[in-house]
Amino acid sequence: MKILVCVSNVPDTTTKITFTNENTQFNTTGVQFVLNPYDEIALSRAIELAEGGKGTITVIHVGEISSEPTIRKALAIGADDAVRINAAPRDAYFVANQIATYARGKGFDLILTGRESIDYNGSQVAAMLGEFLDIPSISIVKELALDGQVVTAHREIEGGKEVVSVSVPVIVSCAEGVAEPKIPNMRGIMSARTKPLQVIEPVQTPKFLTFKKFSTPAPRGTVKLVSEAEIAELVNLLHTEAKVI
Amino acid sequence: MSVLVYVENVSGKFKKSTFEVVSYSKAIADQLKTELVAISIGDVDQGSLNLLGNYGASKVLRVSTDKLKSFANQAYATVLAEAVKHINADVLVLANSFSGKGLAPRVSVKLQAGLVDGVLELPQIDNNIFTVKKTAFSGKAYAFVEIDSVIKIITLNPNSYPLKEYGLTATIEDFVVELKASDFSATIKEVVRATNKVSLPEAELVVSAGRGMKGPENWGMIEELADVLGAATACSKPVSDADWRPHEEHVGQTGIAISPNLYIAVGISGAIQHLAGVSSSKTIVVINKDPEAPFFKAADYGVVGDAFEVVPKLTEAIKAYKAHN
Repeated sequence: MKILVCVSNVPDTTTKITFTNENTQFNTTGVQFVLNPYDEIALSRAIELAEGGKGTITVIHVGEISSEPTIRKALAIGADDAVRINAAPRDAYFVANQIATYARGKGFDLILTGRESIDYNGSQVAAMLGEFLDIPSISIVKELALDGQVVTAHREIEGGKEVVSVSVPVIVSCAEGVAEPKIPNMRGIMSARTKPLQVIEPVQTPKFLTFKKFSTPAPRGTVKLVSEAEIAELVNLLHTEAKVI
Repeated sequence: MSVLVYVENVSGKFKKSTFEVVSYSKAIADQLKTELVAISIGDVDQGSLNLLGNYGASKVLRVSTDKLKSFANQAYATVLAEAVKHINADVLVLANSFSGKGLAPRVSVKLQAGLVDGVLELPQIDNNIFTVKKTAFSGKAYAFVEIDSVIKIITLNPNSYPLKEYGLTATIEDFVVELKASDFSATIKEVVRATNKVSLPEAELVVSAGRGMKGPENWGMIEELADVLGAATACSKPVSDADWRPHEEHVGQTGIAISPNLYIAVGISGAIQHLAGVSSSKTIVVINKDPEAPFFKAADYGVVGDAFEVVPKLTEAIKAYKAHN
């Protein structure tokens, strides 16, 4: 079983998001970048599936040299080797095309991604990869099992789930529930330093999108406190003032 | 030139979020001075299809072959791409639903079309270039993205655009697409859908609770409050991590981001990761016994008090309100 896990490098979840250059660029000053939490779950499931010599895991990342600590983290958690496509991850189409170009013809049985990256929240790379490689993709999966060549995935739907079964090769985007995130141990951290990391230059990709500017949500006014004894007043405010019930 | 909207059905019926997407797409069609065509895949009754005209569609393409009765990601994507070509559409709109997330990116690659997901407002259109607003950084920010491909694909977030009735009568046309065996490589084994529960991503009202509830056995009062309101239930990350509640209820930066009209947070302190997922709620009510809880700074209304006393009282007050309205 050859598994490819796609990982991205994102601001830590505690980051306060600000922008520079007249709100056209994300302000990375002082920001701690981490392995995208959903990708961490995907990688953790990959390791469980490959345990006991049942498979090998390659992690692939589209990004500049500054994200190598995140790649090393993925290797420390348990991937066997890594590939970095040396380019800023412009948008999902670009990223998916780079990964597809690398993966094509290499015989990966299972390609895993996180459900989305927590920066641009596109949730697009998995299904785009499926289309580029002309293989099935299952988006937003919370349970993933493998029996021989057959993958069974519990895909989230509104108010429930759909159980999908498909033969490899397949691409699955992983959400919470697929696995508990694994924490690298000392041996993993030591061995990560010497595991192979291949750097590949990007291929030309058409560009359809431009991120023009950013804004942050307007702050809310001062909170209106209602005392517990006057809870009916809260209901009244929700009806007459907020007009939400 | 035209606008195509994919109208997703659940067991043969359209939901409010589908009609929202139709009204939204009609507004884009009006801006482009063209007509709106809807495409329906699967078994939908005539009465439901007729409703699409009321929300702005002039024409409905109906694809109702047996093989397409249940969701098939690759086949549905092929149908959508073929429909875009068939009517020469410039714009394809889908709901940012779980199925939409699986379909739109595949269609984007098939058609070399720029895709922006999770859009919140109508696009600004200038010389055939669209600028759309979407959430970024899991709700901590908004991004304004320009799409300049010939064909543009947008997925609209639930609760972002109001329903608008146009009272049109849509003509219904059968549309047939040739599909390959490989379009059906995945098989659906089972569909589990709670019919008596409001689905969280589309819910207009949400009651959410955190560690302040002390244990999963105390969720009865949260569910009861949600019940009387007709709300969905949600929870904070520590709660789903501890398996008190299922993962799909976790809202926040690493859970789902929601934008209901009303978000009631019970016993949730308001960590930055949680606020990210709920910041686009229209109205936020916080119930917490700690007056210093950071969530009060991000709330519209607050009650400082013990959840175990406040929640049952609020439930009673809502019941009393419902009895009179």
